[in-house]
Amino acid sequence: MILARFFADGLDWRAGFVIAVLVALAVAVPLLNLYAPPDSPFHVPTYAVSLTGKYLTYALLALSVDLIWGFCGILSLGHGAFFALGGYAMGMYLMRQIGSRGVYGNPELPDFMVFLNWKELPFTWYGFDMFWFAALMVVLVPGALAFAFGWFAFRSRVTGVYLSIITQAMTYALLLAFFRNNLGFGGNNGLTDFKDILGFNIQADATRGALLAASALALAAAFLICSAVVASKFGRVLVAVRDAESRTRFLGYRVENYKLVVWVLSAALAGIAGALYVPQVGIINPSEFAPANSIEIVVWVAVGGRGTLVGPIVGAVLVNFAKTWFTTGALAPYWLFVLGGLFVAATLFLPRGIVGTLAGLRLRGRHAIPAAAEAPTPNPQAAE
Amino acid sequence: MAPAQAADLRPLVNALGEGSYDDTAAQINVLAATGDPAAAPVLEALGEGDLYVRDSDGAVFIAEQVGRDYRLTDPLTGEAAGEAGRREVSKIKVNNKLRRVIRSALGALTLMSANAGTRRAAAEAIFKSGDPDAIELLDEAIAAESDPAIAAVMAQARAVSVLESSLPDSDKLAAIDILASRGGQDSLSILTAAAAASGGEVRQAALGAIATVEGELAIWGLAQDVWYGLSLGSVLLLAAIGLAITFGVMGVINMAHGEMVMLGAYTTFVVQEAIRTNAPWLFDWSLTIALPLAFLVAGAVGIVIERGIICFLYGRPLETLLATWGLSLILQQGVRTIFGPTNREVGTPSWMSGATEIGHLTITYNRLAIIVFSLAVFGALMIILRRTPLGLQMRAVTQNRAMASAMGIRTPWIDALTFGLGSGIAGIGGVALSQIDNVSPNLGQSYIIDSFMVVVFGGVGNLWGTLVGAMSLGVVNKLLEPYAGAVFAKILVLVFIILFIQKRPRGLFALRGRAVEA
Repeated sequence: MILARFFADGLDWRAGFVIAVLVALAVAVPLLNLYAPPDSPFHVPTYAVSLTGKYLTYALLALSVDLIWGFCGILSLGHGAFFALGGYAMGMYLMRQIGSRGVYGNPELPDFMVFLNWKELPFTWYGFDMFWFAALMVVLVPGALAFAFGWFAFRSRVTGVYLSIITQAMTYALLLAFFRNNLGFGGNNGLTDFKDILGFNIQADATRGALLAASALALAAAFLICSAVVASKFGRVLVAVRDAESRTRFLGYRVENYKLVVWVLSAALAGIAGALYVPQVGIINPSEFAPANSIEIVVWVAVGGRGTLVGPIVGAVLVNFAKTWFTTGALAPYWLFVLGGLFVAATLFLPRGIVGTLAGLRLRGRHAIPAAAEAPTPNPQAAE
Repeated sequence: MAPAQAADLRPLVNALGEGSYDDTAAQINVLAATGDPAAAPVLEALGEGDLYVRDSDGAVFIAEQVGRDYRLTDPLTGEAAGEAGRREVSKIKVNNKLRRVIRSALGALTLMSANAGTRRAAAEAIFKSGDPDAIELLDEAIAAESDPAIAAVMAQARAVSVLESSLPDSDKLAAIDILASRGGQDSLSILTAAAAASGGEVRQAALGAIATVEGELAIWGLAQDVWYGLSLGSVLLLAAIGLAITFGVMGVINMAHGEMVMLGAYTTFVVQEAIRTNAPWLFDWSLTIALPLAFLVAGAVGIVIERGIICFLYGRPLETLLATWGLSLILQQGVRTIFGPTNREVGTPSWMSGATEIGHLTITYNRLAIIVFSLAVFGALMIILRRTPLGLQMRAVTQNRAMASAMGIRTPWIDALTFGLGSGIAGIGGVALSQIDNVSPNLGQSYIIDSFMVVVFGGVGNLWGTLVGAMSLGVVNKLLEPYAGAVFAKILVLVFIILFIQKRPRGLFALRGRAVEA
């Protein structure tokens, strides 16, 4: 009952619209891919299904970053780490599903372990042959890392730039660690060559459609959760922390606890995004931990509109669509110019992002989402 | 060897083949008296019985029997001199008395040569191989030696020879002591061989000496690690010191900082290319020429960035971070478009190559130059900030912008200059880093995280903190490496910094202030 109230509060017409679009996407795209004849204008080619699915997981990842950056003022430059950890958890499940179909035909050990001449499965891999366990780890591992990290960082009042830099150090350290073969996660090559998921062939069109649907529904669910969180009393404290952390603390709120909760929630969402991403692209390797990736996520949010929940979704899809379009064409060498220019232009000319600017124009601040109407950081002192 | 010398020695060498044993002995001494090192191989060949006279003209050759004939080699030049039949040459016979004469003559030529370098080289050659027959000669040489350093090497060579000889144990024990005090990897292998070959007291002494030498080597190894650490620290300092200005003093999170370093490195490359094509004799000065140019190039780019982008973003540090990251992508891609994606070759001036040894410590000149250079840059920056009007105004603006402005300081101009200074220093760092790293468009990326770690660890707004931070991170990293491996050591350092920031959120040397939101 309370939970229903909680979600109902977050569900305005805007959220309803986004969720409706996502559900429609989840149903329509796989159906059009499977049942529309290839020559009809409504047919969706398989690559487009995978691509859309990938964009949706990116959107979920961007949403998780926006939840902490847009509404709590925590700029994480290491969210790619949580994404990648979720991806690795899913990747480990998929590796175990290969069974004896690997190159070396070992029923127990993944190929890279046979190659490294390992005799038995390391304990870190126990349980990953069961989907429910892997699914649990997808949320628990990033959540636990975020909890440990946030517990110390927020309690020590590491804020602003310093926090951003140590999150970057965190993902950099994980990048270096996962490159090592003896950590037992495939080293440089990562995990790949997946065969099936829950018994279905991972390459099949129907499976791809189902994965896209799962991504869209996960994004819709996450959107609903985030809307509810942001609209709740808890969410209003978060915004207060973002705008004037010390004042909030002096008013008697335990700022570190608020931050910790939303930080762990965000990490878990990023983990889910990673878990949905891996089966759709077919590989997970340490480069997902690269600090540059994490910064790119922040750009999606900045372009789309920080502090609005629709913004990061729009930003992630737009930027990645542009990336695909550029990097597959003759313009590939210029993509970095475009991406770099996007960073600069978004911060200089669109400080509220596309969605924030549009909302500001249309509603003139009257009925806008509270966060969207204001400048992202109203109090410059607080951010330093 | 110069032909003239060969011509001088030739009659003396040929005279070896004439007359009786006594004549030959006299002739050997004449040859030794020339003090010419070229005579040494001739005498060695004579001692071995490889020296022959050609009967037709009395010329002397080193001959090697091939089948029924002899293959002749010129003893002075080492060149092949054709072949001779069995009956065309006759061997110069030697007896034991003559062999002694040869050995002392050889000693006089090498161990007792007038040239100190030759004496040292001869002693070191014996040290490497050990020669029980040379002990007497070494004793004479040590007695005659005036340079104590060479005498010590001779004593060590004698010790090695003693260990291989059949002399009594007391002599061997003394020899082991000498080797133990010399220390080093080569003594260790000789002592290990001695311990394996002998028994009883000598074996015990050798084992004890091995333990001593190993202990010393461990300390030297530690010193070497610290040296590597300081070297890495100076690299970190060079990379981070510009950031200490832009981030530390101005509070601008400049993610394009690494690209300023890269621009400096590419400036060096361009300068060297220009020198190679136009004025090759200037090559040793290329780095000196590149330094001011790199400062100007990176500084100018910095000022443009500050005026064009960053000045609109003051007070919004997180947005600055994004914008400068975008800039770094553009700069990287720009350099990639102009210079290509591959590594560019940057040469090392001759005065920076080579190495010296202090004890068992190898010190390469380029590392030494970078350490000295980084400290010089640090000192110069300190003076600029503390002793110049620009430095005063910079500090005033960063401490209280409104008040500085009220006192008539043009704050926007100072902002631009400060940013330009930080960027220029980064460019100078790039000149130095081009000597030890690959000059590629990704050069800056590899330093940016490390630079931020150094500045944050050392304490923002404090140059001394940057110095201490860079050096301690470098040393800790290199000390961990032997135990943890290079990658794991780096991970440990990162984890350490993350934990350290929890304890001291403002770094090692935090600026104290009374503001809540400092």
